[in-house]
This record gives sequence, structure tokens and C-alpha cells, in this order.
Amino acid sequence: MEPVLCVRAIEKTFSGADGACPALAGISFDIAPREIVCLMGPSGCGKSTLLRIIAGLDYADRGSLHMATDNNGGTARTAMVFQEHALFPWLSVYDNIVYGLRLSAQRVPEDEVARRAEALLALTRLSGFSRSLPHQLSGGMKQRAAVARALAGEPPVVLMDEPFSALDPFTRRELEDEVLRIRSDLKTTFLIVSHNPEEAVYLADRIIVLSPRPARVAAEIPVRLPFPRNPADPAFLKIREEVTRAVLGAE
Amino acid sequence: MVLISRPALRDCGKGLFLIVLLLAVWEAAALVIQNNYILPQIGDIFAVLFQPAAPVLGGPSMIENATVSLREVLTGFGCAALLAIPLGLVIGSSREVGTYLNPAIQILRPVPPIAWMPFAIAWFGIGFHSILFIIAMGAFFPILINTVDGVQGVRRSWVEVAGMFHATTFERFRTVILPGALPMIWTGLRVSFGVAWMCVVAAEMLPGTTAGLGFLIMYAYNLGQLQVIGAGMIVIGLIGLFADTLFRAGQERFFSWQGRD
Ligand SMILES: Nc1ncnc2c1ncn2[C@@H]1O[C@H](COP(=O)(O)OP(=O)(O)OP(=O)(O)O)[C@@H](O)[C@H]1O
Ligand SMILES: [Mg+2]
Repeated sequence: MEPVLCVRAIEKTFSGADGACPALAGISFDIAPREIVCLMGPSGCGKSTLLRIIAGLDYADRGSLHMATDNNGGTARTAMVFQEHALFPWLSVYDNIVYGLRLSAQRVPEDEVARRAEALLALTRLSGFSRSLPHQLSGGMKQRAAVARALAGEPPVVLMDEPFSALDPFTRRELEDEVLRIRSDLKTTFLIVSHNPEEAVYLADRIIVLSPRPARVAAEIPVRLPFPRNPADPAFLKIREEVTRAVLGAE
Repeated sequence: MVLISRPALRDCGKGLFLIVLLLAVWEAAALVIQNNYILPQIGDIFAVLFQPAAPVLGGPSMIENATVSLREVLTGFGCAALLAIPLGLVIGSSREVGTYLNPAIQILRPVPPIAWMPFAIAWFGIGFHSILFIIAMGAFFPILINTVDGVQGVRRSWVEVAGMFHATTFERFRTVILPGALPMIWTGLRVSFGVAWMCVVAAEMLPGTTAGLGFLIMYAYNLGQLQVIGAGMIVIGLIGLFADTLFRAGQERFFSWQGRD
């Protein structure tokens, strides 16, 4: 199957106060449609930087990004879920979710906006809260709203930067299950930065481990377990251990 | 919308205590001193306040004086806001523009607005327009500074969300920068209204004015009518309090999200 996202030899160097700071030293990988890929690596190795480049929020010095074209013929777009939700606190949950749809870049008709908002509110179990402001929601609900906002434009690829790391383990598991459900319902592809080996093995079809800064791909670990996965399953534990060692080894 | 809740009402009662105490001490002192040129009696002050539509000392009534002052403040304050908000938005968004303008702003800002009076009179003549200029000068800087702070305080991640959805420059401004900066702009307006209200009284005290609360106080001073001055001060205080209450209600109504997300 043709990959939905091709990352080729991406390089990035920041110029800081202490001279040049190479962050990414040639990163390459492909992501297939409907795949969930987790990106792991030591802190400060450049995971957020890479995600921001893919999202178009930053530029690479060298290398290329290819995204499969969508059915309208345009370039497929990505959407990102930030670590700390980044919802607009002055907009209701509803208005936050449909924010992107109302911009001139998408200009979705208002009845279609309403239709998608209803579907997303139901999908993320926020239907009763469409009029609430973000500060009236719990942490997990806020993060679900942020996920809904990212999904609203129906992007083929959703990028997530440690999306659930601020949540308690139970809420976190709920949201992980939600990601799996969204993948099977909407056929979305996910690239998720995580620090948590259990989360990575629970979600991912494949785990990409980066080396310390300047980052390269240190290992690619496929996770061939059926869904839903059981974290107590010996096969699960074995892969989790392998991932942990890969990240530590990279460090 | 309920402006005053029950606990707020109870707090009002607590606050009233000191006011009553102050009035009682004042009245006791006035009764002991028995000299209207030093301390007028509360009763005389309230006699002026309770006839707000009657001519005061043969001049305009209290209501007329207050209306004149309010009109001057609203006009000057409005002009200042119309200039300061757009300028603040520009300076806040562009470090480059800021480096050109900040030194001049920082030098002009500490100058008390009333110091401009001679220039104001030379440029605009005695009366309304000079007073407007003084008020606008006083009101301008708090709005400007708060607007700049507001824009600079807009979270980077909010701006990035707009970028992620391919918002145009104008859309980014309209949907993120402006709403994100609005609570601070509102704070600036609130502070600046207070400054404008103080400026109007000072500006009206200067020669050549014929109405306004500042004029009334100066006029009563020349005639030695201290109970009128007391009444004027109370009206100034009450109008200031009322305006501030409105601003605060607006803040709670529209910007309850501020700092909580
Ligand atoms: N805007 C910037 N200017 C200069 N250096 C930067 C900038 N952004 C990131 N860096 C540097 O690039 C490196 C990678 O940062 P990045 O945020 O991508 O790491 P990360 O892998 O996401 O770390 P963490 O797991 O802690 O979130 C770090 O050394 C950081 O100091
Ligand atoms: Mg990071």
C-alpha cells in the first residue's frame, strides 16, 4: 500500500546562544494508511521538533516530506494534538472543535459543520458539554475535545505530542482506547510521541525509537499483537521490555 | 444578569461600616469645631446632594455639572481607546515596531497629564478641547501598555493551533490574538477610565471653565462653600465607583475564562 506519509532525510539545526544545536540528523521513515506509529526516544532528542516539522509549524533545513494526495487532489493535511490541549479558553467546546472548519482555508458550510460537530461530540463522548467552556471540563475531557478538534478537518494523519501524559492512568487508558476506536471508525493514521512504553505497545502497530540528539532512527520495533491488547499478556510484556531497552540503549 | 450576589451584598454591609464610622467622626468633629470654613457639617453636604437638579451657588446644578464632566471623560477616553488599542495591537505583534516606539512612549508616559495644560491651552484654547486633550493623554497610556502586554501574553500554542489549521494572517489576528488579548485590553480600559476621571476634575479646576465637577469644586472654594466641595467629592467618588463596578461586571461576564484553563 502506498504510504500516507513519507519522511525523508529530515535534518534540522537550531542556532542557539551556545552556537549551533543539531537536533535532527537525517530522519527517514514511512507511515502506511491507518497505521498507528509511536515515536519514542530520550528527552530532548528532537521528537517534538520532528512532529512540528511534519505539522508545518517549523521548517526542516534539509530533507523532504511527502504526503499522499487526498481525493480532492490537494495535499493531504495533518492535524496536531498538543501535550497541553491548547484549546481556546474563550470558545465553547463546540466552537473549539469546529475552529478549523470555519477558517477560509476550509470554509465548510455551516450545516456540514454542525453535522461533523455532532458526530465528533458523540465520538469523544462530549455531547452534553458542547456549550461549556474548556475550564469547566476535566483534564481528560479537555484532551478529548482537543482530539475532536484535530479530527474535525478529517485529516488523513493525526499527530500527537505526548497527548495523554498529563492524565491519570485510568483516563489515559480510556483515551488510548478512544484512539483505537477512532482509527477503526474513521480510518485515520496516527503518529504519536510517547514516553510510556506501555502506552506505545498498547497502541502502536510500529514503534520508532530515536537516538539522542542529534536524532536518527535507532530502532524500529513492529508490534504484531491483535487488538484489543492485554498489558498483562506475556507477549505484551516481552515487547514492552524490548522497547524499554531500545530507548535506554539509545540513551 | 445579577450584578450583586447575596455574599456580595453582605460584603457591602461590612464595607458600609467604615463609611458610617468616618461620617460619624467627621460630624462629631464638625460639631466641636463649629466652623464651616474648616469642616462643614454632614447635614449641609447632604443638603446639596439631595437637590441634584437645583442650581448650585447660582451656577449649573449638580446633575448638569456631572453630565458635563462625564461627557468630557467619555469623549476623551473614547479617543484615547481608538488610538491606543490599534497602536498597542501593532506594537504587541511586532518587536520591530516596538523598538522604534518604546523609548518615546516610556519617556512620555510618566509625565502627569495635567503638565500638558499650558500646551493644550495654546493649541486648543481654553475649555472643552483642552480638557479632552488632557483626558486623552491620561487615558492613553494605561490602555496602550495593557494592550501590548495582552498581545504579548497570547499563548504561543494558541497561535500555533491557528497556524496548524492554515489560518490567514488576518484570521489569526481576529480569532486568536484579539480574543486572547481582550481581557488585558479590558483591564487597560478600566484603569484608564479611572485615570480619565481624575484628569477631568483636575483639568476643570483650571481657569476658563464654566461647568463640570472640577469647576464646581474650584468655584465653591473661591466662595468658601466647603459643603459644596464635600458634595462634589462624594459625587465624583460615586460615579467612579459605579463605572468600576460596570467594568468589573463586564470582566466577570465575558472573561471568566481568564487564567483558568
Ligand atoms: N526553538 C528552538 N530553538 C532552539 N533550540 C530548540 C528549539 N526547539 C527545540 N530546541 C532544541 O532541540 C532539541 C530537541 O527538542 P525537542 O523539543 O524536539 O525534544 P523532545 O524530543 O520533544 O524532548 P521531550 O521528550 O523532553 O519533549 C533540544 O535540545 C532543544 O533544546
Ligand atoms: Mg517534546
